[in-house]
Amino acid sequence: MSDAPFPEFASHADPGPSFVDLLRRVAPHQVLGTGSTGPPAPDVTHGTTVVALRYAAGVVLAGDRRATAGFAIASRRIEKVFPADARSGIAIAGAAGPAVEMVRLFQVQLEHYEKIEGEQLSLEGKANQLSQLVRANLGAAMQGLVVVPLFAGYDERRDQGRVFSFDVTGGKYEETDFQAGGSGGVHARNWIKATWHEAISEDEAVDLSIRALFAAADEDTATGGPDLVRGIFPNIAVIEQSGYRALTDAEIAPRAEALIGGREEGAGQ
Amino acid sequence: MSVPFYVSPEQVMKDRADYARKGIARGRSLVAIEAAEGIAIVAENPSRTLYKISEIYDRIAFAGVGKYNEFQMLRVAGVRHADLKGFSYAREDVSAQSLANAYAQTLGQVFTHEMKPYEVEILVAQVASDPGGDELFHILYDGTVMDEDDFTVLGGQAESISAVMSERYEAGLALDACIRLGADVLSGADAPPLGAKQLEVAVLERGAPRRAFRRVTGEERDAVLAG
Repeated sequence: MSDAPFPEFASHADPGPSFVDLLRRVAPHQVLGTGSTGPPAPDVTHGTTVVALRYAAGVVLAGDRRATAGFAIASRRIEKVFPADARSGIAIAGAAGPAVEMVRLFQVQLEHYEKIEGEQLSLEGKANQLSQLVRANLGAAMQGLVVVPLFAGYDERRDQGRVFSFDVTGGKYEETDFQAGGSGGVHARNWIKATWHEAISEDEAVDLSIRALFAAADEDTATGGPDLVRGIFPNIAVIEQSGYRALTDAEIAPRAEALIGGREEGAGQ
Repeated sequence: MSVPFYVSPEQVMKDRADYARKGIARGRSLVAIEAAEGIAIVAENPSRTLYKISEIYDRIAFAGVGKYNEFQMLRVAGVRHADLKGFSYAREDVSAQSLANAYAQTLGQVFTHEMKPYEVEILVAQVASDPGGDELFHILYDGTVMDEDDFTVLGGQAESISAVMSERYEAGLALDACIRLGADVLSGADAPPLGAKQLEVAVLERGAPRRAFRRVTGEERDAVLAG
């Protein structure tokens, strides 16, 4: 930065309401994905399975708590579900370092826009912004630091919850009802697919997310199931018109314990 | 060859200050008051979209009087400064004081080096977890910073409104009472008191978990002002 108290820009170079563009102008080294050339990264911490599903009045976002580095467990308590702003949330799968950084940048980007412009971006606009951040990370992704988020929120203009998924190139795909991501995503998605229905309630959707994550943990070594010994449960957030709400462990624990003696146990193998 | 007239530096500064003061005096006033549950900021502003008061960061608000485009530019610079700092370090490292210093430096530089000084007065307010810690920085067109206690008044009629405020202010007033007090003193000796529609109201709420800034608009504002 220059010694001027505030950074100044010529009119053609003004970053406008974009925090990412501002950061690119004044502190480019802090922008995600810059300087990423070289050999593939070694075994870094990876977050694994996340799910997002729509219900009548909103959306549920959930993620397991395991992070792996190669064949080792890097963390039993990592968080993969974050608020993006008041009525949207983001769940991350992939390389944990760049993923968490992407979430932080995305959160500031949305708030910065809101403060500069005096109004919020549309939900679609937010999803497009996230898509640009994912694309900016492509260089790092080629080295193995892949980040693929799920984005979900309550669209006030349409009065419904919406779910967006992304691919490594920043491709943005709106899902009609649900999506899962990460190494255990296929198993979680199949579980949701078999059970989800249009009139699903919030309670049913939360239970379904817990069951889907359990199904993923059952089949995928990189996904962690509920840990009743240490009291570690999935992170779950519900987003509806009233806003983003992260469920507390005290709310999730009895629901996770209800898996005991349920269909999952009956599966036997 | 024509020889330019000599003008003493004192005269140059005085002329600039007069110019800025005249511009500010044409504008309407604004008052910020520390209350038990936060800080109330009330401005005379008939526009519902061109705001004088706005959010800078989690616990910091900005307000300006005078030329709209000039304080608007300062507001955007402040949001950028705060978001950059919060992103590079941590959210709690963003402080009203560092922001006030940056504003003072900018306004001071413009006042001495540019053709035309900014015709603005600005406020940087920060709410703390307990009432004693609130900060109100009042910054003038030439970069003078004043760290005010209890309340501050910006704008052309600041002196007369401040005099009334000092008589009527009591520590520990409720937020709603402070909003009504602000509306009252801004009306001043004006024949009909200001209607709710001519006032812009915003608060910094002490108890807010993160973003403390909130606009009080529409029916809520009308109800608060009606008492």
